[in-house]
This record gives sequence, C-alpha cells and structure tokens, in this order.
Amino acid sequence: MRSKRNLIIGAFLCTVFLAAACVSFLWTPYDVTQLNIANKFKPPGYPHMLGTDHFGRDIFSMLMVGARTSIAVALVAVSIGILFGVPLGLFAAANRNTLIDEIIMRGNDLVFAFPALLIAIMITAVFGPGALNAIIAIGIFNIPVFARLSRAAALSLWERDFILSARVSGKSGFRISVEHILPNLLNLLLVQGTIQFSLGVLAEAGLSFVGLGAQPPIPSWGRMLAESQTFFSFASHVVIFPGLAIVLTVLGLNLLGDGLRDYFDPRLRQNMPQKKNQSSVV
Amino acid sequence: MIRFIARRLLSLALTLLIASVIIFLALEVVPGDPASVMLGVNAQADTVAALKEELGLNVAKPVRYLNWVTGMLTGDFGISYTYRTPVRDMIADRMVISFPLALYALLLSTLIAFPAGIIAATKRGAVADLSVMGTTQLGIAIPNFWFAMILVSLFAIKLQWFSAGGFPGWEAGFGAGIKALTLPAIALALPQASILARVMRSSLLDTLGEDFIRTARAKGLTARQALWHHALRNALIPVLTIIGLQFSFLLAGAIIVENVFYLPGLGRLIFQGITQRDLIVVESVVMLLVFAVVMVTFLVDIAYAAVDPRLRRRM
Repeated sequence: MRSKRNLIIGAFLCTVFLAAACVSFLWTPYDVTQLNIANKFKPPGYPHMLGTDHFGRDIFSMLMVGARTSIAVALVAVSIGILFGVPLGLFAAANRNTLIDEIIMRGNDLVFAFPALLIAIMITAVFGPGALNAIIAIGIFNIPVFARLSRAAALSLWERDFILSARVSGKSGFRISVEHILPNLLNLLLVQGTIQFSLGVLAEAGLSFVGLGAQPPIPSWGRMLAESQTFFSFASHVVIFPGLAIVLTVLGLNLLGDGLRDYFDPRLRQNMPQKKNQSSVV
Repeated sequence: MIRFIARRLLSLALTLLIASVIIFLALEVVPGDPASVMLGVNAQADTVAALKEELGLNVAKPVRYLNWVTGMLTGDFGISYTYRTPVRDMIADRMVISFPLALYALLLSTLIAFPAGIIAATKRGAVADLSVMGTTQLGIAIPNFWFAMILVSLFAIKLQWFSAGGFPGWEAGFGAGIKALTLPAIALALPQASILARVMRSSLLDTLGEDFIRTARAKGLTARQALWHHALRNALIPVLTIIGLQFSFLLAGAIIVENVFYLPGLGRLIFQGITQRDLIVVESVVMLLVFAVVMVTFLVDIAYAAVDPRLRRRM
C-alpha cells in the first residue's frame, strides 16, 4: 500500500516535471529571453503566476525551460554511467577473482576518491565552465556506481543454476553476460538509474549555483538561485520557487525509485543498500 | 591484523600515487603557461623567462611532477602563481575553517540521525516512524545551498540571531567562531542527517530481526535492554561506513555552502584558483581533499577490521 503510494506520487511529480520541459519547447507563458526591467520583482499573482525576477522575466516560464537543462544534464550523465559502468561491472563479474577484476574494482575506488564536485572543478579548471562539462563530471562519477552495482548483482547470478546450465551448453562468458545476466539486471538498473537521476538533478543545480554548470543564457534552476541570492530579503519568491522546483523534482524521482524497487522486489523494502552510494555533490 | 593493515596501506599509497598523476596530468593540459598569464600580453620575453625560472616552470613535466609530489611530502606545496605566497600557508589559513565546519556538520548530523533512526526502527509503522521517514525523504531532496539561503533569511536577516556570512577568525574567540559556523553546519548537516537516519533505521531493523536478539529476549531481557546491549552495537557497522564517507563528502560539499556564507574556506580558495588560473593552488587543494577521502576510508576499514575479524579476510 505504502509502496504503491510512493510510486504514484513519484510518477506524478516526474510526469509534471517532464511535461513542463517538453511543453517549454513549444510554448511558455512568456519569453524567457525578453528582459523588461520596469516589470521586475512582480510578486506572484496575475498575470505572472510565480512573479518575475530582477530582469522582469517570468519565473514560471524560466522554471519550465530550466527543467530542460536539468533533465538533459542528468539524463546524459546517468546514460554515461550505465553505458560505461554496466559493461565494466559485467566484465569484472565474468572474470571474477582475476587480476582484471581487481584492477577494475580498484579503478572504481579511485574514482570514488574524487567527490563529483572535485571532478567537476578539475574539468572546469581545464575546459572552462559549461553544461557539457557538468554532464561529463556527473557522468564520470556515475560510472563506478553502476559498475559496482552490476558486478555485485552479476556475481550472485553467476552462482545460479540457470547460468550453470548455460555454461554447460558451451556459451562463452560474454554471451552469458549479455543474454542471461543483463536481462536480470534491468530492474535493478532502472531503480538505481532513477536514484542517480535525482542525484544528477541535485548535482547540476549545485554546479550551476556556483557557476560551473550551464552558462547564460541557458536557464538553469541552480543559476536562478545564485542570481537571486542577494534579493532574498525583499523578494523571497525569486528564491523560493526555483528551490521548490528542485525539491519536488528530486523528491519525485526518489519516490519513484523507491516505489519501483518495492514494486519489483517487495523483499527489498526495508534495506536500501543502494543508498550507500549517495554522493553529496551538494 | 598487521598483514591486513600493511596491505591496506600499500593500496592506499598506490591510490594516492595514481590520483596525483591524474590530477597533475589533467591540470597540465591547460593551454598557456601561468607565467605569461600572470604578466599579461605585453610582457617582455626575458621577464617571462625569469618568472618561469622563479616558479620552477622551465623544467620538464616529469621533473615538475616529481618536484610537486616530493614537495607535498615534505609539506612544501609550492608558491602561488598569483599571490607569490607559499600555497601551504594559504591552505593552512583555509583549513582552520573548512575542517572544523565539516566536523561540526558531522557532529550535528550524527546527533540528529541517531535518535531519529532508533525511534523510527523501534516504533516501526507508527506515527513517529512515518514522520521520520517523511522528513528524511524531504531532507534528501533539499539542496543544501537552498536550505542555507533560507536559514540566512530566517535566522540572520529576520531574527538576527546569527550573522549572514563571513568569518571573524578564531582570534575573535572560540564562541564567535562556532557561532559563525553554526548556520553553514546546519545547512550541510540536513541532507547528511536524513541519509544517516535512514541507514540507522534500516540497519537496526535488520539487526532486530536476527536470531541473537530473539535469544536475548528469550533469556529474559526487555526489548529496551536487548536494543541497547545487543542490537545497537551490531547495527552500527554500516552506519560507521556512512559516517566515514560523509566526512569526506562534507569537506567537498562545503565548497558550495561556503559560497553562500562567504566563508573563506578551502572551497573559496579553489574557486579563486580557477578564476585566477592559479593552477598550483587548485592542484594542491584537490590533492588534499582526495587525500582526506582516501585516509578516512582507510581509517574506517581499519576500525572495522579491529572490531570485526571476519572483515579482515574479505578485503
């Protein structure tokens, strides 16, 4: 019951956030590139639902466009993690207890020694700030998360009888990994992917907040917060709403992840081993 | 145990070595040399050459790498390209803010998370549990810099209990320093406490389901006694790992929160280094943070192995 509720609330919040991003390509209530200083700091109400910022831009419209940035950065970063991490993990599991396995796992530990924010800072120092570099930084951090997860899950699968029969029938480690192990990991990957997605949204917001993420004029929730920091005392709506957008999105993704996990495997309900990889970029 | 520690030490040294190579290589591919950047476009060639000589930039890269690493081992982090002061002193000045801040936040997070996690686990399914789970779900979703901004507006601007930012320095007294770090520490602690409370709860729930707890109850201990004498100690193992991880994340995570509060900590130093192309500062601070992360992980591993001999073999 509780898990269903998580799933429903999570899916609802994620849908709203996704829809806002999609609709923003076609329509926003106001043009976000249009500056109208005379109209600045309008409080929430009519005609600006969530008010306007220090340049007179409509905050609701900016949040819609900002959702695009969040989704794009987090989605690509999670994809990088899955595309590189899962094959590495499967490969390590197929060659378990060999030198190559050891090297892959120690390599993962090495990446974990660099908190994502540090990777982002180094990349920024070299290539300059930008959305692309934020993606790479968050993506690199995601690789060991997925590598560890898929290795651990694959290791236990390798002990199972159906894998043994596949080996007896002469399939190579590679074929077993692709045909038998991977399909059994999909649920797990979906759950972890959702959680990493939420961390990606938080990370993107944090990086943009300190100016290492998306650069103007690309709207981003984190930068909206950074720009409005000084106006908080007299126009609190410019700070409240972008923050709420981040909170609701991350909350939605986390609830969706928890809900999916319970849905796929009710036994996992109370332990949450995945959470151990929670990084805090922010 | 000694063999275990030796093996872990070896892997620690190797990790640090590789990390230092990566950091050096990553930051050395940056185009343009610091000496020309510092002196500007109109600089005379011989001035640039003299500065390069002074900064030790005119030797081959492998030599520079060796100089950097051996320098750090002896506590000499080089000279800042921008300020011409020893990087070591700059880092030391900032460390006295960032390090206590991370510790303070960790302390707060633990003080909140332990009771919350224990109550949630012992009152499973009750209102207390549901409210802890709900609050922590929210706590994980709140970006700490946003929370920091809200804290500032509430406690610094409206109520004026704390100053909105800056740091008076420890010379102003321990109390004044702690006061300046309180809001940043709360902002940092919130998400960490949420994660920790959830880990505490689930770990305790697992332990409470174990046979030895049933045995303890069967021999006549009350639920409370079984919890305090048996369950809690065993539940602490995963919790300790998370605390170890959190300390390093707090050191790095402070980078963003320091910006909100204008605290002159390591985070601000790193940003300054980037904007001023002061690469030696960036390299050294990144290396230092990586060292902190690796060191804490190592200590947690050792602490575990000391407590639980089964873990010595597994690694």
